[in-house]
Amino acid sequence: MEKRHAWKVVLAALAVSSTMAATAAGYPDKTINYIIPFGPGGESDISARFQETTFKKLTGQSLAIQYKAGAGGAASWSQLNGMPADGYTVMGTNLPHIVMQPLEKNVGYKTDDIHTLYWFHFTPDALLVPADSPIMTLADYIAAARKSPGALTLSGSGTNSSNHIAQQRFDKMAGIKTTYIPFGGTGPSNTALLGRQVSASWGYTTVQVQLGKQVRCLAVAMEQRQKKLPDCPTFKEAGFDLVGGAYRGVAVPASTPAPVQARLADLLGQVNRDPAFIKIMEDNGFAMLDIGPAEMPKFMADVKSRYEAIAKEMGIRKR
Amino acid sequence: MRWSTALFWKRLIMFGIDFLLDALTPLNVLLALGGVIAGTVIGALPGLSATMAVAVLVPFTFVMSPATALISLGAIYTGAIYGGAYSAILLNTPGTPSSIATTFDGYPMAKQGRGDLALTLACLASVFGGLVGAICLLMLSPPLATIALKFGPVEYFWLAILGLTLIAALSEGSLVKGLIGGGLGLLLSMVGIAEVGGDIRYVGEFQPLLGGIDVVGALIGIYCIPVIIGLVANPDPHLKSASTGNGFRLAEAVGALMRSKVNLVRSSLIGTVVGILPGAGGSIASLVAYSEARRVSPRQDNFGNGEPDGIIATESANNATVGGGFIPTLVLGIPGTPPDAIMLGALLVQGIRTGPTLFSEQSSIVYTFIWGLIIATLLMLPVGLVIGRYAFRFIVGVPKALLVPSVAFLTILGSFAIHNNPHEVQQMVVLGIIAWGLARAGFTPSPIVLGLILGAIAERGFVQGFLIGRARGNIAQEFFGRPIALGIIAFIILGLLYPLISARRARKAHTTDTDRRP
Repeated sequence: MEKRHAWKVVLAALAVSSTMAATAAGYPDKTINYIIPFGPGGESDISARFQETTFKKLTGQSLAIQYKAGAGGAASWSQLNGMPADGYTVMGTNLPHIVMQPLEKNVGYKTDDIHTLYWFHFTPDALLVPADSPIMTLADYIAAARKSPGALTLSGSGTNSSNHIAQQRFDKMAGIKTTYIPFGGTGPSNTALLGRQVSASWGYTTVQVQLGKQVRCLAVAMEQRQKKLPDCPTFKEAGFDLVGGAYRGVAVPASTPAPVQARLADLLGQVNRDPAFIKIMEDNGFAMLDIGPAEMPKFMADVKSRYEAIAKEMGIRKR
Repeated sequence: MRWSTALFWKRLIMFGIDFLLDALTPLNVLLALGGVIAGTVIGALPGLSATMAVAVLVPFTFVMSPATALISLGAIYTGAIYGGAYSAILLNTPGTPSSIATTFDGYPMAKQGRGDLALTLACLASVFGGLVGAICLLMLSPPLATIALKFGPVEYFWLAILGLTLIAALSEGSLVKGLIGGGLGLLLSMVGIAEVGGDIRYVGEFQPLLGGIDVVGALIGIYCIPVIIGLVANPDPHLKSASTGNGFRLAEAVGALMRSKVNLVRSSLIGTVVGILPGAGGSIASLVAYSEARRVSPRQDNFGNGEPDGIIATESANNATVGGGFIPTLVLGIPGTPPDAIMLGALLVQGIRTGPTLFSEQSSIVYTFIWGLIIATLLMLPVGLVIGRYAFRFIVGVPKALLVPSVAFLTILGSFAIHNNPHEVQQMVVLGIIAWGLARAGFTPSPIVLGLILGAIAERGFVQGFLIGRARGNIAQEFFGRPIALGIIAFIILGLLYPLISARRARKAHTTDTDRRP
């Protein structure tokens, strides 16, 4: 009897240790589900595809990219913590979305519920006009807006998106008034710009790279000029402290075991520092970012206080 | 006329016998064939849409060369758009949103025992429409891309209103019930967070509704569930078996197609142009083509009761959107349809940037791909005919005890696959049961679905147009002062007044006839 009992203990211990080994050391030993909370073809999708290639090179495992669009990402983020917490389900996460959405309405999650492991890049906001527009510079743009307040129309992706925030912040900084027309994503917003349905567009640096000579970039919201767009000045050069855009990261369900989280964060960091990955990202107009678990608490505290202040300025409050 | 034919061949040679040969490598042809077969099967299953078919294939294309990758994606895309016709005709449930309008006449034909003819017609029309779209892509891409840019929010608004006028035409029996159904669809389209403005509507405290009613899920529920309940409740066989039983009925179908050449060409061109418009897509193209075919047809009353012209219009139009949609995608870098958006992303990963420089700098990829698309479209003919023949026999012959659970399983699989989320399954079932109740009260599903799809487009266009007009200080000029908008408004008025005019003319003819009598 004693003997059999001991045998059980040994077996149990073995079982426990083997699962622990499996969750940390063997990870990842199968395909990881990578949920993109938006539709296919957007910036989140494209950067995830770039990550997938490098991730596979590093680990031999695939990232199975799936789309779960709805409510500007909220449909997926509100379910994140109910998903399998074994490290084989990860989800794309975005700023300013995960801060702004819970501020303005009850979306089924709070900013702190989203357990972001890594912020890996951002698409800086950029102010664009059609190539044949009489507006040649940022100074021209401000002058045109002063001349007839509210008459300049600007396309951008969605209400309270990064583009919308940039428009609101810049109007305030420059003391001008323009009209923001929200479109359903970057694609329709670009079409409206190219078709001269609007006078200008608050887009991203990626848009300028994608549309090439069809549009002219007046300024980008970056600390330094984007390597791929050397002719486009920063807002800072003109004296406006406007830096921002749509930030992208990877989150996991909060109850994912700590060793798995650490291993995954390490892998994401390796992907993010891969020279080939950096090159293809920058060639497509993205700007790199490298916020891992160590810097995460401070970074999140910063962005939260920053966006909360902006939300107050824009008059966004929970309805 | 002769010079234009000469010009055509000259351009054709200019655009590359070389590229045609590149497209004709065994690997490319094999992948085109595989893509068309896979696409047709995926498209035929309700809920598995063309967008999904393309998205699933994308990772596999990373190992291929860019042109080969594009050919396989284009083949699966065009196959899926066509495949939607199978379930539309045989089960009265559109396989993809693009084939909603195919149910209008396809299923009545199948019920009358002419399902084989309907399938062959759909195949021929799809191939023709697909070729028109692809040839426009080959020959006229740069000039046609400018059309995409001429359509602003206001034009989309009027286009959606034009589509909504179809409700009047589709309301068999009762116009009032059709309008109520359309209104219900419009209400459903407003559920969730407003795209423009961000307001939350009709959600209550139920979080999953924030994302709104998913069109594909609603489509499956509203069309499939009543069919399933009907199959169970009704002891009659599902479809009559073919009366003639010679399988393809190819000669008959070709004859029907020749008789409606004008319809075929017009619908293909409508499909191409609507495909060019970003955000519109196959569902709108086939609805607009259907309403035009019906408006000018001498057999108007037969539409909705198994009129071959209806199938010809919708199927040629929806496959023409494939080539049309690639025009802004490749020329401007703006995706014309959702599958185009996925392909654009897949190309970026390959290091290919679509946009104005693509045609000059990487012409070999573009033209090889376009030829590949043409080859894939042609392959759809044998593939479609063979699959069609067996699909029809299978659906007619399969016992109901097997058919009902299979369709029920597919509806759940399809609605789950939209977002990999059980919420869409619940939504599908609830809407389906409501639709069944409404059908018993005499409400047909199509006005509801039209309202749901077009309501969102109309609202978006209206609010954006209003904001732009207000900023420019002239709202009326924005809505009624743009030439394309005025053209669409003319079609709307014509479509609404046509029944009145033709009725009056018929009355007049009748009275003069009686007056002349001695």
